[in-house]
Amino acid sequence: MEALQKIGQYGLLLYRALRSLYEFRTYRQNLLNELVKIGYESVPIVILTGVFTGAVMTLQTSYQLDIVYVPRSVIGSIVSQSLLIELSAVITSLVLAGKVGARIATELGTMRVSEQIDALESMGFNSVSFLVVPRVLSGLIMFPILYIVASVSGIGGGLVAGILSGALPASEFMLGARQFFFPWDVTFGFLKSFVFGFVITSISCFKGYFVKGGAEGVGKGTTQATVLSCIYVLLADFVLAAVVL
Amino acid sequence: MIQIQNLKKSFGDNLVWENVSFDIHEGETIAIIGRSGCGKSVLVKHLNALIYPDEGNVIIDGKNIFELEYVELRKMRQRFGVLFQGSALFDSINTFENIAFPLRYFTKKEDEQIREEVMKALQMVNLEDAAEKSIAELSGGMRRRIALARATILTPDYLIYDEPTSGLDPQTSDEINELIINLAKNMNITSIVVTHDIHSVLEIAETVAFLDNKKLCWHGTVEEMRQSDNKLLRDFVTASEYKI
Repeated sequence: MEALQKIGQYGLLLYRALRSLYEFRTYRQNLLNELVKIGYESVPIVILTGVFTGAVMTLQTSYQLDIVYVPRSVIGSIVSQSLLIELSAVITSLVLAGKVGARIATELGTMRVSEQIDALESMGFNSVSFLVVPRVLSGLIMFPILYIVASVSGIGGGLVAGILSGALPASEFMLGARQFFFPWDVTFGFLKSFVFGFVITSISCFKGYFVKGGAEGVGKGTTQATVLSCIYVLLADFVLAAVVL
Repeated sequence: MIQIQNLKKSFGDNLVWENVSFDIHEGETIAIIGRSGCGKSVLVKHLNALIYPDEGNVIIDGKNIFELEYVELRKMRQRFGVLFQGSALFDSINTFENIAFPLRYFTKKEDEQIREEVMKALQMVNLEDAAEKSIAELSGGMRRRIALARATILTPDYLIYDEPTSGLDPQTSDEINELIINLAKNMNITSIVVTHDIHSVLEIAETVAFLDNKKLCWHGTVEEMRQSDNKLLRDFVTASEYKI
């Protein structure tokens, strides 16, 4: 019963957000701030995640392919395709569920318990338009861009790891990467990161916006936002793979 | 005029109060008093529909606010200024921007005009020097005064004060009380003050609504309160060690 109530509450929040889209003047400034916070400020962690994911994949694929005879360029194909189809979007999103999701839930939760959201509403503000819309929109815009950043750094990391470990030269890596490059893989990765951006920001907004209690409530809301974001990212990943591929 | 009619509110199985009815007249300063946890803040949050009741109506100038569409409700809410218990200042922006906030979003005033009005509001609360301070730098009393400046910047018709003097020293409390009196007098604002500070009630209020036993226990003027033989009211007032 409680779960149904929560789903209804989440749906209503999204409906209010959708209906508030036209109030651009209300959320314009916050949208710009959030684009910076979600996008620009996440670039270092996304690059770091991408580089190490690509590097580790190259080393492990090289190790696994040692026992069979296949051209070394296959390592480049496997690494780049895995990154583009799956890893860049999923791993980046899981990392951002912690960084972005936790921040959003904490910010909104603190605003709720310190009556700042009530203050907005009591002034005649649409608090959903002011707080939720810019955060979700920024997620939708920035996650696909961060996916590109993660993919490029992942392929770069894989390439460098291949050279440094002596597993394969750069030319072989790039040959393999190009040989099995399908634009559809990027489109699919893009779609995934778009969906994950929505899942993480909307769940975090929901958990933060409806926090109850004091500091303990904020902590609980933040934990739930992070955990649920991760779970629903993995679930959405599976559903997208099953439906689209 | 605000008419509160047969309000009932409960949270889950916990009844807060029921059958609460009274009127608030234009220009009046009413104090809503009662013990901690009796639902005073919950009651005033019904006045601008921040909380919806289980039963009953709040009629403002002939309109039941619980039946208004969201867009209409927001317009109605703009007629209210609210001073929240914890001040509810936005900690991501500084003092100046907190006060300028409603002006930036609800008016088309130029920056220069906004600056002028904000400085005037700061002057009113004797905090001209705090304009560029961050919220974290302000003391409790300063926050309360800045919140008051923000609540009045759009010259509302109704001003709700939720425990305006709680947690403040007697001197700062007196300053806040004086501000409330001046605002009511100079701007002809209808003031609704939630408090359990009898000293403040006697200083600022014209009428009193007393909540106890999950209902509106008593309602009348301050003068009538002094002579009331309502036992619950007398117990509450004498418990504050204030002789009426």
